[in-house]
Amino acid sequence: MSDEIQSLSAVAAVAAIADGGLSREEIFAHYRSRAGADELNAFTWVAEQAPAQIEGPLGGVPVAVKDLFCTEGIPSQAGSKILAGYRPPYTATAVANLEAAGAPLLGKTNQDEFAMGSSNENSAYGPVLNPWDKTRVPGGSSGGSAAAVAGGLAPWALGTDTGGSIRQPASLCGVVGLKPTYGAVSRYGMIAFASSLDSAGPLTRDVSDAALFYRHLVGKDSADATSVAFPESIEIPTAERLDGITLAVPTALVDGDGVEPGVRASFEASLETARQLGATVTSCEIPSAAHALSAYYVIAPAEASSNLSRFDGVRYGLRRDESNLDAMYTETRHDGFGDEVKRRILIGTYALSSGYYDAYYGRAQRVRTVVAKELAEVFAGADFIVTPTSPTVAFGLGARTADPLSMYLSDLFTIPMSLAGTPAISIPSGLSEGLPVGLQICGPAFSENRILSAAYALEQAIGFNGSAAWGAKR
Amino acid sequence: MIDRDELLHVARLARLALHEDELDSTAAELSTILEHVAAIKELDLDDVEPTAHIGDVSDSLRDDSVATSLPVEVALAPAPAVRDDGFLVPSPQGE
Amino acid sequence: MTEVDLEPVIGLEIHVQLRTATKMFCGCALGFGEPPNTRTCPVCLGLPGALPVANAEAIHYGLMIGMALESTLASVSTFHRKNYFYPDLPKGYQISQFDLPLCSGGRLGEVNIHRVHLEEDAAKLNHAGASGRIEGADSSIVDFNRGGTPLAEIVTEPELRSAEQAGEWLRLLRTTLRTLGVSDVNMEEGSLRCDANISLRPVGSEQLGTKTELKNMNSFRFIERGIRAEVERQRALIEAGESVTQETLHFDPKSESITSLRSKEEAHDYRYFPEPDLPPIVITEAMLERAKAALPELPQAREQRYIEHLSLSPESARLFAWRAELAEYFDSVCASAESLKPQIAANWVTELQGRLGDQEAEDSKVSPAALSQLASLVEASTITQGSAKQILDELVANGGEPSEIVAAQGLEAVGGADELAPIVAAALEANPELTARLREGDMKPIGVIIGEVMKETRGRADGKEVTALVREQLGLS
Repeated sequence: MSDEIQSLSAVAAVAAIADGGLSREEIFAHYRSRAGADELNAFTWVAEQAPAQIEGPLGGVPVAVKDLFCTEGIPSQAGSKILAGYRPPYTATAVANLEAAGAPLLGKTNQDEFAMGSSNENSAYGPVLNPWDKTRVPGGSSGGSAAAVAGGLAPWALGTDTGGSIRQPASLCGVVGLKPTYGAVSRYGMIAFASSLDSAGPLTRDVSDAALFYRHLVGKDSADATSVAFPESIEIPTAERLDGITLAVPTALVDGDGVEPGVRASFEASLETARQLGATVTSCEIPSAAHALSAYYVIAPAEASSNLSRFDGVRYGLRRDESNLDAMYTETRHDGFGDEVKRRILIGTYALSSGYYDAYYGRAQRVRTVVAKELAEVFAGADFIVTPTSPTVAFGLGARTADPLSMYLSDLFTIPMSLAGTPAISIPSGLSEGLPVGLQICGPAFSENRILSAAYALEQAIGFNGSAAWGAKR
Repeated sequence: MIDRDELLHVARLARLALHEDELDSTAAELSTILEHVAAIKELDLDDVEPTAHIGDVSDSLRDDSVATSLPVEVALAPAPAVRDDGFLVPSPQGE
Repeated sequence: MTEVDLEPVIGLEIHVQLRTATKMFCGCALGFGEPPNTRTCPVCLGLPGALPVANAEAIHYGLMIGMALESTLASVSTFHRKNYFYPDLPKGYQISQFDLPLCSGGRLGEVNIHRVHLEEDAAKLNHAGASGRIEGADSSIVDFNRGGTPLAEIVTEPELRSAEQAGEWLRLLRTTLRTLGVSDVNMEEGSLRCDANISLRPVGSEQLGTKTELKNMNSFRFIERGIRAEVERQRALIEAGESVTQETLHFDPKSESITSLRSKEEAHDYRYFPEPDLPPIVITEAMLERAKAALPELPQAREQRYIEHLSLSPESARLFAWRAELAEYFDSVCASAESLKPQIAANWVTELQGRLGDQEAEDSKVSPAALSQLASLVEASTITQGSAKQILDELVANGGEPSEIVAAQGLEAVGGADELAPIVAAALEANPELTARLREGDMKPIGVIIGEVMKETRGRADGKEVTALVREQLGLS
């Protein structure tokens, strides 16, 4: 029975529960037991039991939630020491929406501190291991969510993406990750990293699961002034062909130095598959993509430096040195934040400070305008932009921690869409050296249904089997 | 790119203590990053409007209707120090 | 710097708490003396993950203020974050406005307005003394009930030239805001707070001197005294050849002394940037129409109406129009006796206010009906002006009905030849010398005769009538 439950996708599990072949208690107990025996350090908290009442279209299939989301009475630590043991008095809208739709909370997943990182090594609660190879990183910042799904510890998971934090770990762990249109999912209760970029979205075993999950995640929230109503309902995709679809490849970007040969080969194979399904593949230019990375690493730290000011030792969280107010502020923040968070606070403060604002923050916002315009121009002539999600497969633990900049460069392909606020999905496109490679499919704002549809057709043709990750004993 | 004095000034603005043994390495790391992102300084962006918000939100205001506040014990529960139903802090200088 | 006349240049920054039902960015009800930290939520406590949503009613009040001050209203207005650390600021930034305020420019009375913008109030920090919990350190307790209350900040151009002018203008602003109904505008309770930017310059110079900012003066009296003291302090510095330092100052009304607010002046760098959690506010035609429809008659319009329709003197018209409470009291007095001429009613209201000092007429023991009755009794010659003033003293002290006081104390005017003639005759008879002089046409002694009659009637006689009777009885034409 256990293997049977484990083999079910979330969509299949929902169907099995509806048919009576599987009970809500069984599936919760199964994943509760697997999450409890977590060897990946993917979870920071696991539920003792499901809430008594679970009703709704998601049938009781439990969900793992990134620790960046506030959950009432349950530790919500955002990967940071400064929030050790913090239990909020309220629940994030995204989590409440999922619960209301019948997906109870299975546990909270580990992450890079305040979502800053691409390897999950910046967690105060220890690094997460990649289920495909436990000497490697799962990617980040939603590494715990990606590893939990890839390792079969959760049927599906909620993550967040600011510059690639859903897509990149999805790629490195061989699962599906969807970064929504900015504003489609409420940010209320999601601990802010960079407010104008943060998006919440699903990490799932396959594209159909992502669609079902996403259907219940979207919606205008009166508590989030930047949220918008999704203009249509999210459909479960069925497309088998890509006839009439044009995929644009930003050639100069993809042919760049940093892309590993194995990743390039998998990407080329995906393009060939797309052609066989009837798609047209063209090349396009995103001339400012490299500047997008720079702009991102100004805007995100700038907003973060302000968002993280509330961690001051006054109302919650860690407090150090009460000898005087200044000492309390500076030592609390010195001890409570990890190195990467401190770096970004300093960079962001610098970029906003008098004399530097125009040169850094002001210019970065203009680059943002340019990037959005360039993407819109591509979408005027093509349905989707496709790239590898990450230039590399999962790298070794500790391989890049000494060089923050090299870590930043792993976001090269995901950042332009973050700046433009447009949706993108990462699906597994195959293996390179036994490790998953991700394919990123990007569309214009609110094109999620079309993206999911194309992703589904490619997924069916590629036939990636992720179960190796939870079967494999490495 | 960023020297110790500038770093100390920025750290002061951010209320972030930097201990003596952290100064040089932090300044070096930040300089590397700033040199990289400084590439945007070269771009000609004079005719480009800045983007602060993505998307078009027209109904972003809230009606003036009262919602339930938190009970005081819930508000104070996570506080590191409490007295007389308030958050206890060292006094600001000059108060 | 000798022998040069220096003139003060004063600009005001006024913070007004708006009288909305809920806070600026969350649904907590505004706090008015509730137990500490009972009006808070994740948003106004700055909890992780909480997001602000702007209160539409605060925007509405902001537009009303802008219209009343003849400002240019923004078509799109944005919020910015002003970043600094302080225990009363839960997020480490205040949501305020920067380059696109709701209202720009404008004018009230003789003073131009620079801008009006919206922001959120800070929480309250109460000094707690040395604490057992925090070893050896002086400590404070934060109460977040006030935190997040909507504020309109009104900034004038530096056009005021004296403490008195500043005080008078501020009263007009207060009356305007009270009339709009957008705020309680109570200085003692902190719903109206005023800071003043003060500098001196040689008369005739266009250049501004180094300014200081005088903070937190919590009554009209203190504002005028504070500004006066700071002007004198700067004048003394300049005349002694020293220079004024740009700094933030505190006025202590007890000692009349001015002290620097920050021991070590730290350079501020607020790192303003657009608040990413709040999309720009688009001011729609519907919002403008609603604000316009909500505008009541404003003080300057009232002043005009009093002059043109009620024929009040310009002095009375301004006195009442600039003090909304007094104007309302005056309106009530007029309404209680329609036959009363408005200027007569105005004179009596002024007479009353003169006896009340700082107290408002509406809070006194004298009801508008009582005052109008008093005025009518004088007009009907039932009592004399002098008796009426005695009765007003009695009303201010103990309240009551003028007609009852008149009856109880027998203050009806002694009127008509029948009653008064014998008293006048007796007075003339008792003063033969004076009577002789009067006969010869020397009218100087008439005052003494009138005084005698008043004494006899305890002030109930009308002076003019007495004079007429003297003339009649002595056969003078």
